Amino acid sequence: MKVPFSWLKDYVDINVTAEQLQEKLFSCGFEVEELIRPGKDVTGVYTGKILSVEKHPDADRLSVCKVDCGALGQRQICTAATNVFAGATVPCALDGATVLHGEEIQKIKSGKLRGVASEGMFCSGEELGINDDYYEGAEVNGILILDEGTPIGEDIRPIVGLDDYIFDIAVTANRPDCQSVLGIAREVAAILKQPLKMPALDFTCEHADVKISVTVEEPALCPRYLGRYVKDVKTGTSPRPMRRRLALCGVRSVSNVVDITNYVLLEIGQPMHAFDRAFLKEDRITVRRATAGEKIVTLDGKEFTLEPENLLICDGERGVALAGIMGGQNSEIRPDTSEVFLEAAKFARDNVRRTSRALGQRSDSSARFEKGVDALSPELGMKRALHLMQKLGCGTPTDCFTDANAAELTPKTVRTTYAQIDALLGITVPEEETNGILTRLGFGVQSSDGSLTVTVPLWREDIDGWADLAEEVIRSYGYEHIKPTFLENATVTHGGLTEEQKLEAKFKRTLCGQGFSEACNYSFYSPKDLDLLRLPADAPERNALKILNPIGEDLSVMRTVLAPSMLQNIVRNVRRGNAEGRLFELANTYHAQLPLKELPAETKRCALGIWGSADFFDLKGATEAIAEAFGLTLSYTKGEKPFLHPGVTALVTLDGQEVGWLGELYPSVAEELALEKKVYLGELNYDLLSKKFAREIAYRPLPKFPDVQRDIAIVADEKVTCAQAEECIYRACKFVTKAELFDIYRGIQLGKDKKSMAFRLTFSQGASAEKPLSPETVDGYFKKILGNLKFNLGAELR
Amino acid sequence: MEQEKTDQLEQSAIKEAEQAEDSRALYEVKMRFLGRMGSVIQLMKKMRDLPPEERPEFGKKVNALRERLERAFERIELALKMRELAERLKTENVDVTMPGRKRASGALHPVTVVKNQLVDIFAGMGFEIYEGPEIESEYYNFTALNTPADHPARDMQDTFYLNDSFLLRTQTSAGQIRVMENKKPPIKVLSPGRVFRSDDDATHSPMFHQMEGLVVDKGVTLCDLRGMLDEFARTMFSETSKTRLRPSYFPFTEPSVEVDVSCAACGGDGCALCKGTGWIEVLGAGMVHANVLKNCGVDPEEYSGFAFGMGVERIAMLKYGINNIKLLTENDVRFLEQFRG
Repeated sequence: MKVPFSWLKDYVDINVTAEQLQEKLFSCGFEVEELIRPGKDVTGVYTGKILSVEKHPDADRLSVCKVDCGALGQRQICTAATNVFAGATVPCALDGATVLHGEEIQKIKSGKLRGVASEGMFCSGEELGINDDYYEGAEVNGILILDEGTPIGEDIRPIVGLDDYIFDIAVTANRPDCQSVLGIAREVAAILKQPLKMPALDFTCEHADVKISVTVEEPALCPRYLGRYVKDVKTGTSPRPMRRRLALCGVRSVSNVVDITNYVLLEIGQPMHAFDRAFLKEDRITVRRATAGEKIVTLDGKEFTLEPENLLICDGERGVALAGIMGGQNSEIRPDTSEVFLEAAKFARDNVRRTSRALGQRSDSSARFEKGVDALSPELGMKRALHLMQKLGCGTPTDCFTDANAAELTPKTVRTTYAQIDALLGITVPEEETNGILTRLGFGVQSSDGSLTVTVPLWREDIDGWADLAEEVIRSYGYEHIKPTFLENATVTHGGLTEEQKLEAKFKRTLCGQGFSEACNYSFYSPKDLDLLRLPADAPERNALKILNPIGEDLSVMRTVLAPSMLQNIVRNVRRGNAEGRLFELANTYHAQLPLKELPAETKRCALGIWGSADFFDLKGATEAIAEAFGLTLSYTKGEKPFLHPGVTALVTLDGQEVGWLGELYPSVAEELALEKKVYLGELNYDLLSKKFAREIAYRPLPKFPDVQRDIAIVADEKVTCAQAEECIYRACKFVTKAELFDIYRGIQLGKDKKSMAFRLTFSQGASAEKPLSPETVDGYFKKILGNLKFNLGAELR
Repeated sequence: MEQEKTDQLEQSAIKEAEQAEDSRALYEVKMRFLGRMGSVIQLMKKMRDLPPEERPEFGKKVNALRERLERAFERIELALKMRELAERLKTENVDVTMPGRKRASGALHPVTVVKNQLVDIFAGMGFEIYEGPEIESEYYNFTALNTPADHPARDMQDTFYLNDSFLLRTQTSAGQIRVMENKKPPIKVLSPGRVFRSDDDATHSPMFHQMEGLVVDKGVTLCDLRGMLDEFARTMFSETSKTRLRPSYFPFTEPSVEVDVSCAACGGDGCALCKGTGWIEVLGAGMVHANVLKNCGVDPEEYSGFAFGMGVERIAMLKYGINNIKLLTENDVRFLEQFRG
């Protein structure tokens, strides 16, 4: 919300500087995002009267001018401009001045132009940063020629309207009443404890023999509609002060009638629209829903095809305005317009927003309606517009007037006590402070015996209860009065992480210990990411929730599996030259029965990724580390996934239930992604794992006698797996507590399709054993193990 | 004659021992002189050839010789070991600047690091940690939080919808309702988690993490909110951190405040980080709106409460001086590995 300082001063006597006011607004809840000084880059530019213009002796395109700068004395200035003449008053940038040069600031210095001294430069409107709305003539091609009689030797800024400040204020969503100069002025008046001087609203009517009927078919979408017929309209340009104010707020001047509607929008906060009455068929206005397929062309020449969702202002035949958004081209104000039908309405914010979004058509008016216009505002806006039309001589208000759908305007009242407000704040605000603050903000205050009855002004639709009043009081009284206390009255509570949350933290630490860094990805990705995994059309992962209004296709599908994100992370790392790395991500995936009728299941999953100098067993090491840290027994069997190398894929199971998979990325997928080194991916269902996490540490006393270690090397068929051999060993002897594969060998002397596996066996007795394991006993176990390996797997001692 | 022989034996034993190049050679010399078949034993055997009256004298002499030799060998052996050790130490010299062998550990994501710090701070103040669902119903995310359908505040956040009733939660405040529905005051809960908004630029990400705190009890005041946040700022940022409250607006709190913390980089004097203001906007907070309490079956006449919420990414960016939020989801290992610890 842009508010010029000078405009505020019309309605409040301001006895502080702009910077001081900025501070005060800030502490009251109105953050001034920027205090703009439109003329801050224009310095050292003064008015001067050209005394003579002579040709430059050595340059055809230059003129040498003598200039009278009043109290600053005479100067000689060379110029290439052709629109200067003796007697013209012009802006002169003297030695040391700064002016604008495009986006840059240009410094002016005295010097010589082709041998002739020049003590400055004449300025164009562009060099001052102004257009015709600030000063007529600013947009001519050449030097800005000032009005005759402009005093000379004066700072140019006040003369062209650059001596102002603009407060660019961030207004919170609960305060639509402050989306106007008047609204801010009201706050400023309260802050400065000054009276608010209302803008002039008076006007006189003449009789008109015209009847314009107004029918509102959708009172819910148009809770109020005011219309008035204005006759004897004379269109033309607006006076300079009005044009300058519009310009300071970033609005271009169009013509007096249109300018007045824009001016009222900025000043009062009420969007207005002016129709050329001559083009309103049958002198009839109907506010109704559009019929499906109905078309309208708005002022800016765009055509829209409408739906019944869109509210339309119609004359006797057709749509003449898109309600609250923009007028139609068919009834717009033209240079020859002589009669105007002026509209000030309240349209439902939600409907304006939906139509504006659906059609992609926005305007200052729609932006204003979307924030919310209060019920009083149309009346104020209409009066102000009529006052201005009459005052500026651009039309005569008539008695042809309608106030359709005017709801009764009864102010709300809130009852509370000073004690209740104090109790919420935790401090005691003096009663007279509370009363003063509320009164200055326009509330009616009646108090007796500690209780308060407060009448809420109509423009404060945000005030509902006593807590709102507490906020009004404290934001004015000052938050610096809120002193820190530490829950003096509250009960002591016991806090901390739950057991599950602690285990999750440990899970992450375990993976960090294995060299994995934690990744964080969006919860949504592109459906193409699932294509990357070559998942078939009926894969369960494809049954993903879709966002109705995604930022783009790339972020449109809720994750059902984390691997695609992990793969993208690896691709990005490799492209950036990170030759190796390990990542994990622990995040939710979302699974639902479609159509969605209840909250979808959120399943926490853990993705693992390794690239660079590593192999499958580095990845498996991570899941083994997890199993070890949480007391799980994970089993691995050969598996298949469409995106994994068929020879290097494992399914991970826990107590017979599949809990995840590990494997090498399918070579052609890797090639497609230009991944030269091998990539290993894994994914675990964390929720299934964590259900089985060991919650307690089970301590076993140490054995009295040392463990015995023996190595065993067997030759077996290629198809015999390590897991089969291990299982066979453990079954054969209960004293084997560890059977670790430490070597694998293949060679012709072993025979075709044979391999040698070497295990280091650890024999260990319980704490209750009475004597150490003798070499003979171990020999016996060894024989039995070998026998079992031979019987079950056909393996021989190597 | 005997004396001469003994002296000769002694001299040659010492000479040979001193010439021994290593422990093994020395051992051999020692065995030759003092071993079971050694020269000293041989000499002793000659005692039998002597007349009995000379034998004790001879025996004493040989024993004395043996003792002297043993001491001599001991001394020589010690010197040899010292020499050998010095030799070994010389050859076993390593370049200590060569790299060590380690298992490089991974790092937690900076958001997790900061989240853990925040959780620690508030857990210490008696907060439980609650994580609600990331996909929420429109009721929990908005309506129950005093933000009915036509409320202007719904425009404050651009929401991702899955259908008319389900959406990606825009705020962890949704968890407030679930907590209050299931737990009676006193309540002190912290809800960290992912939230989603349809926003994507250098300072906004469509997904980020929030941390929401809620306290509901009898007689809780705005001053208590300030006290808690002061404590938070001091622990999280710096012992000298100060807070500043200023009016703001959230539909589920009344009064609502924006909480600024004095800039830790410049101590409040104004710098580039705080854009010269000396303050950094860190969190939003306020007294829980009566309607929200009512929606959860908590009597606002009996209880009051406050809530506060902050963006975890924002705190992480402030703390570490990260200038682009996108870095947090790129997962570049060179970035992530800086947060080991």
